[in-house]
Amino acid sequence: MYSKICKVLVPAFMLLSLGFNKQLFAASEEHQAQEAVAGHEATAHEAEAGKFNPGDFMFDHIKDAHDWHLLSFGHTHVSIPLPVILYSKNSGLHMFMSSKFKHGHADYKGFHLETSGENKGKILEADGSKPFDISITKNVAALFFSIFLILLIFLNVGKAYRKNPLKAPSGLQSFVEPIVTFLRDDVIKPSIGPKYERYMPYLLTLFFFIWINNMLGLIPLPPGGANLTGNIAVTLTLALFTFAITTFSGNKSYWKHIVNTPGVPAWLKLPPLPIIPLVEIIGIFTKPFVLMVRLFANITAGHIIALGFISLIYIFSEMSHPLAYGVSVVSILFNVFMMFLELLVAFIQAFVFTFLSAIYFGMAIEEHHEEHAHA
Amino acid sequence: MDLLIPEFGTIIWSFIGFLITFLILAKFAWKPLLKGLKERDNSIAQALQAAEAAKRDVSQLHTESEKLLAEAKAERDKIIQEAREFKESVMNNAREQAKQEGHKLISEAREAIRSERAAAIQDIKNQVAELSVAISEKILVRELADPAKQQELIEKTLNELKFN
Repeated sequence: MYSKICKVLVPAFMLLSLGFNKQLFAASEEHQAQEAVAGHEATAHEAEAGKFNPGDFMFDHIKDAHDWHLLSFGHTHVSIPLPVILYSKNSGLHMFMSSKFKHGHADYKGFHLETSGENKGKILEADGSKPFDISITKNVAALFFSIFLILLIFLNVGKAYRKNPLKAPSGLQSFVEPIVTFLRDDVIKPSIGPKYERYMPYLLTLFFFIWINNMLGLIPLPPGGANLTGNIAVTLTLALFTFAITTFSGNKSYWKHIVNTPGVPAWLKLPPLPIIPLVEIIGIFTKPFVLMVRLFANITAGHIIALGFISLIYIFSEMSHPLAYGVSVVSILFNVFMMFLELLVAFIQAFVFTFLSAIYFGMAIEEHHEEHAHA
Repeated sequence: MDLLIPEFGTIIWSFIGFLITFLILAKFAWKPLLKGLKERDNSIAQALQAAEAAKRDVSQLHTESEKLLAEAKAERDKIIQEAREFKESVMNNAREQAKQEGHKLISEAREAIRSERAAAIQDIKNQVAELSVAISEKILVRELADPAKQQELIEKTLNELKFN
């Protein structure tokens, strides 16, 4: 099974890198050429800042971008350009590679990439308005890669079950199966109850999607390293799925508990101050909101801490080089420790998101027995 | 701050990406996986049940055979007991009969002996009477042949008779 994955993955990577290489080097050469011509005027901002800014360093890594940054020597940035897809109200649909912007040093078709300020890293039109941007950004590219990886793993596993379900699990199957049975028997079944089977596909997809993306985010090199599950848009999407499924599964008793909570005095439920229904209705929205924020905050925080330790090296190197070497040892050790911690967090956050989603589904379809529940 | 503001483009892509992943996995991964797990669970449960049933059958057979054995043993013991009793009774009967027969024989013999003896004694008595009569006849004849002796006898007898 492992060698099979390698057989697929290695050519895929090679193809990917080959495809990008041409543009990549073209981009960096152009960049250098331009720099040579323009002197350092274009990079005045960077030069003026001069000093290492850990805040920018961290946030540039955490935030989404239109290219996938690999490394920089001096003012030469090496990055994988990504497709930009824009819809402008003025000029319609545009598709081009982000290398056209030359890391923010050039305009293209009336668009430019902001390099500082409030909209740093965003594409703006000449008049400063934002076009409708559905570009394949770093996060989206990472998303595509993770989807490819997830499909590769789980379609393979699914095939094994289709072939012979009674055979003892082997290879990837024996990795996936205990996790699936753990989720089924210890998380989903107890949280949802007897009707749990309807929700299994969603919850399993959710768990493995979050977990695999969390772990890919820990790999510092493309196609990992994107802060996908630490991106609020992605966690928002996942929370929206849970919210939608909870809301659509809600049975009579679920809505009754929200609008007309049993066992609560009537004056708390009627105008002028229907406080309990209000709280319950807010609760419908806070539950997925909390899911969204928790995953985003945990993963982003993990990235920030790792980057913080790296930043220390740069900060100390501006003081003295020997000191920086000393600090780097400590930094790396802390980073390794954080990596292990983040591996744990990657699992825990995927688990918590799945577990809470299952609990919300369970609440939505639970049949209440009033006499017992509120006796 | 824009870290906290969701990008619309990212939402769209992640929505589409997650939805497609979910649909594909639901159909081609989770469905066979969950079905397979269930089938395996069922087959294991069935196998366990079958094993349990077989165990029960075996233990039932065992108890049955033990019961049969016990019954056979009891039967054997009963037969032996009966035979012993029968032998005992037969022997007792025989003994009793023999005893009775013996008693009867002895008493008959005794009876015969008694009657024989009585007859013999009677015979002897008769013979003794005849002999004594004959002897006294001969003595009388010889005694009374001499007239002196007859006188003496008369006298002696008269002397013995005392008239008072």
